[in-house]
Amino acid sequence: MAEIATADVGIALPAEVEDVELYHPKSWVTKYVFSQDAKVIAIQYSATAIAIGMVALMLSWLMRLQLGFPDLFSFIEPADYYQFITMHGMIMVIYLLTALFLGGFGNYLIPLMVGARDMVFPYVNMLSYWVYLAAVLVLVSSFFVPGGPTGAGWTLYPPQAILEGTPGSEAGIVLMLVSLALFIVGFTMGGLNYVTTVLQARTRGMTLMRLPLTVWGIFVATILALLAFPALLVGAVMMTLDAVLGTSFFMPAIVQAGEQLSYDGGSPLLFQHLFWFFGHPEVYIVALPAFGIVSDLLSVHARRHIFGYRMMVWAIVIIGGLSFVVWAHHMYVSGMNPWFGFFFATTTLIIAVPTALKLYNWTLTLWKANIQFTLPMLFAIAFILTFLHGGITGLFLGNVVVDVPLSDTMFVVAHFHMVMGVAPLLVIFGAIYHWYPLMTGRMLNNAMGQFHFWVTFIGAYTIFLPIHYLGFLGVPRRYFEMGETTFIPDSAQSLNEFITITALIVGFAQLVFLYNIGWSYFKGEKAGHNPWKACSLEWQTPVVPPEHGNFGDELPVAYRWPYDYGVPGAKEDFIPQNVPPDPVTAPQSR
Amino acid sequence: MSFLEQLKQKPWMAEQIQVDNAHEGSEYALPAATLGLRVFLGVVTVLLSLFVIAYGDRMAASDWRPLSEPWLLWLNTGVLILSSVAMHKALLAARQAQIERLKTSLLAAGGCALVFLLGQVLVWQQLIALGYFAATNPANAFFYLLTALHGIHLLGGLVAWGRIITRMGRETDAADLCASVELCTVYWHFLLVVWLVFFALLLFT
Repeated sequence: MAEIATADVGIALPAEVEDVELYHPKSWVTKYVFSQDAKVIAIQYSATAIAIGMVALMLSWLMRLQLGFPDLFSFIEPADYYQFITMHGMIMVIYLLTALFLGGFGNYLIPLMVGARDMVFPYVNMLSYWVYLAAVLVLVSSFFVPGGPTGAGWTLYPPQAILEGTPGSEAGIVLMLVSLALFIVGFTMGGLNYVTTVLQARTRGMTLMRLPLTVWGIFVATILALLAFPALLVGAVMMTLDAVLGTSFFMPAIVQAGEQLSYDGGSPLLFQHLFWFFGHPEVYIVALPAFGIVSDLLSVHARRHIFGYRMMVWAIVIIGGLSFVVWAHHMYVSGMNPWFGFFFATTTLIIAVPTALKLYNWTLTLWKANIQFTLPMLFAIAFILTFLHGGITGLFLGNVVVDVPLSDTMFVVAHFHMVMGVAPLLVIFGAIYHWYPLMTGRMLNNAMGQFHFWVTFIGAYTIFLPIHYLGFLGVPRRYFEMGETTFIPDSAQSLNEFITITALIVGFAQLVFLYNIGWSYFKGEKAGHNPWKACSLEWQTPVVPPEHGNFGDELPVAYRWPYDYGVPGAKEDFIPQNVPPDPVTAPQSR
Repeated sequence: MSFLEQLKQKPWMAEQIQVDNAHEGSEYALPAATLGLRVFLGVVTVLLSLFVIAYGDRMAASDWRPLSEPWLLWLNTGVLILSSVAMHKALLAARQAQIERLKTSLLAAGGCALVFLLGQVLVWQQLIALGYFAATNPANAFFYLLTALHGIHLLGGLVAWGRIITRMGRETDAADLCASVELCTVYWHFLLVVWLVFFALLLFT
């Protein structure tokens, strides 16, 4: 633990920051392709994640076409439908959201926000991206092998995932598992960097409690991921062996089509425990960075310090800890001891406490604040609404007696799309509108942005609110088509058509967003230095966009927390984190 | 100051600002690489523990038939212990800047590790010759799985070891190498402990 001098410290300390030796690229290839600069790696991660995310978006269109117009698209077979579901879910959760939040925003923002020149292990960081890319390529290759990608559902439950008859049981499932293993190896390399950089590479004056909440969110999410992904790796390795070598780790004795298979005695439940021991923290691996980022967006665009900074940090840490003791709430329908169910229902409901605390604090940050309705602010407010909405349906589903009847219906689909699909994506959009000027030096076009926001936000509700209702009706999830079901009225089909049409429109709005990213890079309004008048260090670089080494000749020194907005007596309504205290207007406690 | 203590700070208060402005920045008085290795070992521990838990869970099923471990495993274990001892001697030599002793100890450590891996492959061959296939019984499957996992991690260690050996060819200053040898030694001892746990698990169940 670093010694902290409490003795006489001057008002403004000299900027003595121990500097690090930086790797300087010598050629175009080492500068832009095999780059060790976290900012370049961040953009590589983001571009790859968005590219594979587009595949997931297209898969969702195909699914919606089938659900909305079951008889119209003869090229969609039941097997295809299951493959679309599986790949859409897996890509969105892991290859898009996890990679974009941690690999993308983590790499770009951690070194800049903590005042470091780069990550502490740049070479390992570079490897991290290339292994991630390999994982994505293996995943994509599974579309082109005989039998196609796996259609086992994103949870990949054995025994069905590797049995003949499940789409992709030939090669698709093995490629899926190999791709996951690669992803985990790649992520671990990155994760070591994020944790060590936050702990060891902060600039002088940057205490843990002076970190922007974005860094806190990414930091705790990385720790969760480092502890949770191994469970998925264990599951993936053992299931690969079951599929390839014919071992029986997860495979019980099975008679298929009158024939006794060679498997015996394995435990499918063990896989479910391993999967959800990873799978539940995964929700928070995605949510915590979103929490952090949205706190900073709200604070900057409401020109007000975040309400209850300490509580926000505590909530992030507590949610992170609790997320490891709730996993079996995904397995109520697998059958379990009632006391076991009682325990997991209780822990699940307890998570609502720190989460509600965050929602109150976000709302209170906006209370009587000087709210600027910029695009990042709009997306942040939209996040609060959708996350609240998805969180409350989570409270329903956390109870065993409510979950059991709803578990295999569209209600669950609506719940998790609201809470971990729409909500984090809205934060990603807001974050891109917020930090694009820093990354490129230009603003994103506002008109296109407004169109993107309103269509996406209203569209998300018009898609997912009706899906909740379908769930209440009892429309099952994972069904290729509903067919004749007595308890489901015909109007459910009309609703499905409506949802499909809306989904296509919302999908189109995302293409406008991508076009905006490309268009603004060349023609966007020049952003200049610190266009949002933000306090945190990433906006205080001498050159925008920040160059290799981030901070020019001298590292900045942190003299205050990153939320000095609207300080009474200050010249402007914000004081950047690296501005030394002025004896006359030194900030008093607020 | 402990992590929990720090969480109590109020960074916006004037008194706290005074204290915080004197903060050095880094959290622990450690080189980044040492902390990085510790975090990595933490992740590996979680990974391997989960395998052990899965082992325990699967063992309870009625089809579990323990296999009789070949005596060669004892010999391999001995060689791995020797490897760790040699690595520790290398560390002591590096600390005392005795470059020749460092070289011989390092080579002995790596050599023993390679012999260990070779021995493990022989064990596999013996078991296969006796008809203990991975698909026949979960006990066999876990035997191959755990030994392979340990072997892969040791191979990774040998890559780091190889990098030190090549660096030693270029520079002869032991002090520079000391930090790397130290990390390597920690990893070696860690893998020895992992092996002893795995070996005990395989032997007694």
